[in-house]
This record gives sequence, structure tokens and C-alpha cells, in this order.
Amino acid sequence: MHFDAFDRYHDKESFLHRLDPRVKVLVTVIFIVSNALLPDGAWFAFGFAWLFLLLCNLLSKLGYAYSLKRSIIALPFALIAITVLFSIPGKPLSSFHFLGITFTITDAGLLRFVSILIRSWLSVQMAILLVAVTRFPDLIHALEHLRVPAILTTIIAFLYRYLFVLTDEVFRLLRARESRSGAVTGSKRRLERVERSGRGVLWRAKIAGNMAGQLFLRSYERSDRIYNAMLARGYAGRLYTLNPHEMKSVDYYATAFAIAVIFLMQWIGRF
Amino acid sequence: MFYSPAPLHIPDGFLSLLVSLVCWVVTALTLGAAISRTNKSLGERQIPLMGVMAAFIFAAQMINFPVAGGTSGHLLGGALAAIVLGPWAGMLVMTAVIAVQALLFQDGGLLVMGANILNMGLVTAAIGYGLFRSVSGSSKTVKLGVAGVAAWLSVMAGALLTSLQLWLSGTSQLGIVIPAMLGVHALIGLGEALITVSALAFILQTRPDLLGEGSESAKAGKGWILAGGLISLFVVFLSPFASADPDGLERVAENLGFIGAGQSAPFEIIPDYTLPFLGETALSTIVAGAIGIAVVAVISLLVGRGMKARS
Repeated sequence: MHFDAFDRYHDKESFLHRLDPRVKVLVTVIFIVSNALLPDGAWFAFGFAWLFLLLCNLLSKLGYAYSLKRSIIALPFALIAITVLFSIPGKPLSSFHFLGITFTITDAGLLRFVSILIRSWLSVQMAILLVAVTRFPDLIHALEHLRVPAILTTIIAFLYRYLFVLTDEVFRLLRARESRSGAVTGSKRRLERVERSGRGVLWRAKIAGNMAGQLFLRSYERSDRIYNAMLARGYAGRLYTLNPHEMKSVDYYATAFAIAVIFLMQWIGRF
Repeated sequence: MFYSPAPLHIPDGFLSLLVSLVCWVVTALTLGAAISRTNKSLGERQIPLMGVMAAFIFAAQMINFPVAGGTSGHLLGGALAAIVLGPWAGMLVMTAVIAVQALLFQDGGLLVMGANILNMGLVTAAIGYGLFRSVSGSSKTVKLGVAGVAAWLSVMAGALLTSLQLWLSGTSQLGIVIPAMLGVHALIGLGEALITVSALAFILQTRPDLLGEGSESAKAGKGWILAGGLISLFVVFLSPFASADPDGLERVAENLGFIGAGQSAPFEIIPDYTLPFLGETALSTIVAGAIGIAVVAVISLLVGRGMKARS
């Protein structure tokens, strides 16, 4: 697998790409906190937040709808909030029967449900944009500057580095299983074939477990080799980066501007 | 394409600010303890090991087995990580996995990451290690059986905590979210248990030295056995109660002043808790909220101290 198969970074020359990663992480987090603080039904503030998001999209030169296109990921979770439609007392809007129970959607319930979805949708878009305009190692470096303990950022850096390697290992294991477990040849659907391969569900689960154990051993041994190789190259407990990451005046202005916008958003949401 | 999201990752927007912050405080304190313990007991050698192990958990979550009708089961890994790496290292590894899932794939939010780490990384590790450790002298069959139960319970505990957080945030109705979440995760947990048990069996067979029993003294496990046991009891007793009688749990929460925590506008973070001398102003509730968080922080700090002293 190519090393950047997991990467969400999009290389571009833009204002947002050049911004210090600390600023980007900070503004993203403040934006998400601000969304959580906005009251239900603060439509103008939600609209304003979306405009800010639009501005960020444009500044990133990735296209105004870049984050929108990738924002569906949080949607399945909306199912979990669906009960507020019926559970908050208010003026009934419409009702229907399902499985012998009458469900009544109230106006207060609808307001809350839509507000939860909008908050989530705005927040996830900013997070999507963050990784699209920041290289992951820079992101980790920013976290380090923002006082995330070094042991955690180092583990995350290693995780990111070896994710591709171990994913390749998994694909090798999965391919081997698929080619050796007795599949029914000639069946049309691949899924059906995989389902019939081997024996029952318990047996398949056991094989998956064995593979996980096997992967563990290979990873363990590999980590030993990696450590020795690092020692040989002079590793002394710290990872270095070539990027200096200095805050320039434009970074300070951008932070001040973003925070002012977010305060304005809160003000609009309340009055 | 490579990556199937697990249903426990809460996105941003679904938890209230108060619930998110309280979870972050608990998570941060536990991780602080984990970091100081790990720094003391392990050398720098362990850091690359933990990094590669985090990548292992991430990759192992891709190993799936077909169940039926196009669905498949796969590993979450919290219990397995704690059993093979020890509880503190397991927690750090799971934290890294959840952080990368949130940062890189937006699977789980940033503000709610504290809650996600707590549900899927910390509680699962405590249950997994605590229960497994409680039978450290027994035969292989008993050990594997207990590991399976622990893996199942760890998934159930994650689902229960997620449901409670969603309910306290006013996002879901208790009477629906608990039976739905626990029902689904009772099945997911079975897959988790099967994979965990056979992975452990495989490791025990091929490299028993890696699951070294003598590496930690018998005394060190006591705190974990207690913690794992208590959380398991909490799950075992609260789940049926909450499913059968959600009104009962709601009454208890109401009496404790939890309910409606996030259901109203954020300036009424704890509606009943206003400070008399500030009157019923926004400032008053913000200060009250801050005091609430501080109290939770102190309690968790004391609990953490106690656990540290014991272990």
C-alpha cells in the first residue's frame, strides 16, 4: 500500500496551509466549543458559523464545498438523537403509528433534534478542514507545543508512521485467508462466497482471533527491530522535526480575527 | 474503504459541554496517572513498543469475520491491549488509537474525545486487566474464559457509559437508548470476546513469555482487580435496572440534580445550581458549573491517589 493511503492532507499553496499548526488546532477547538455553547435554535448564529466555515474553505483553496462533501461521516450517529423528536414535551406537529405505538413529533423536539445535527455537522466540517490543510506530523508537533504530554504525542507519531506498514500486514493476512479457506467456487456474490468459506461462525471468529494474535506477534517483533534501528541512528528518547514552527505576526492576527468572529457568533446566538 | 467506524465513537455536537468537560477531566487525570506510572516503570524502549502496539490495535480492528447477511464482526481491542501490555500502557495505546481516529478520520469528535477515550480506552482496560489479573494463578482454560467475559463486559461498559452520557446531555431518551445500545453491543461484545480469547490462546501457545506473569508483583494487581471488579459490578447491576426501569434511574438522577444537565441553553448548565450571592444571572450559573467541575476533579484526583497508593 502507498504510504499516504490514509492521509487526509491535500497539498496546496494557500493561506490556511501556511498558517502555524498551533493556530489551526486552537481555532478548530474553540470553534467546536463555541458550537456546543450555542443555544438550541440559534439559527442566525448557526448561519454565521457556516459562513465562517465557508470562508475557511475558500481560504484553503480546496473549493468552497470541500468540507461539505466529506461531512456525511457523522450522519449515521444522528439515529441516536432521534428519540428527542418524540420525548421533549411541546406542541405536537405530526404523529404516526408504528408497531402499534403512536409517535408524536413535537415542535420543541424537532428544534432540539435539528440543533444537535447542525452543531455536529458544523464541528465535523472544521475538523475535516484541519487535517486537509495540516500535515499530520505538523499536527502532532502542534499538540506537543500545546502541552500534550510528549509520551502521548510520540506514541501517536509512531502509530501514524507504522499504521501503513501494519495495514499492509493485515491485507497480507486477509489475502492469505481468502485464498486458503475453502471457498465455494463459482458462486456469484463475493460476500456469499466468503460467508460459506470454512466452517461456522464460531470457527470463523476463532480464525480471526488467531490472525489478531499472529499480527500481535509480528508487530511485537517488528517493534524490537525498529527500536534497535533507531538506537543505531542515535535515538535518545526524542523525535525531531525540520519545521521550525515559529509564530509570525500573521499567525497572531489570524488567531485574533478568528476569536473575534467566534465571539461575535456567540453574541448573535444570544441576543 | 480500509476503515469501518465502530458505533461507539460519539461525534461532536451530541454531548453537552458540561458532560464533555467532566469526561475530559476524568480522562485527563487517569491519563496523567498512566503517564507518570509508565515513565517510572518503563524505559524509553517501551515508547516505540507502545507506538507500534497502537498501530497493531488499529490494524487489528480491520481483521473482520463474516457473520451473516453482509455484516461482520471485528475487534475494538481495549481489553486485549490491557491484557497483553498491562493496564497503564494499554490505556495509553488505546488513547493514541482513539485520538488518531478522531483527528485523522473524524471518527469521534474532538471536544467529546475525553468521553470517547473514557468509554473505549480507560474503562475497557480496567475491566480487561482487572478481571484477567484476578485469575492469574489459574489454569489456562479459566484464564481464557475470564478474558472472554472481560472482553464482553468491556464492550457493554462502553455502551452503557455512552448511553448515560447521551442521556445526561439530553440527546437521547434513557428508556430507548439503553436497551438499544446494550442490545446491539451484547452481540458486538460476543465477537469481541471470541476474537480476544482466540488471540490470547494463540499468543499463550506460541509466545507464553510475552504474557509474563512474573513481570509484575502480585501486590501490584490488587488495585486493578478491585477497580475492574467494581466497574463490572456497576455494569452488571445498572444495565438491567436501567433497561427495566428507566424512570427509576431518572428519579435517582433527578434527586442527585443531574437531570436536564445539558437539555437547556448552556448558560443554564446546571439549572438548579445558582449561586445565591450572584443571583440568577448567566455569570452565576457559569461559576456554579465551574465549581461543579472542580468538585468532580478533586474527587477523581482523590480516587486516583487512592488507586495509586494501593497499586
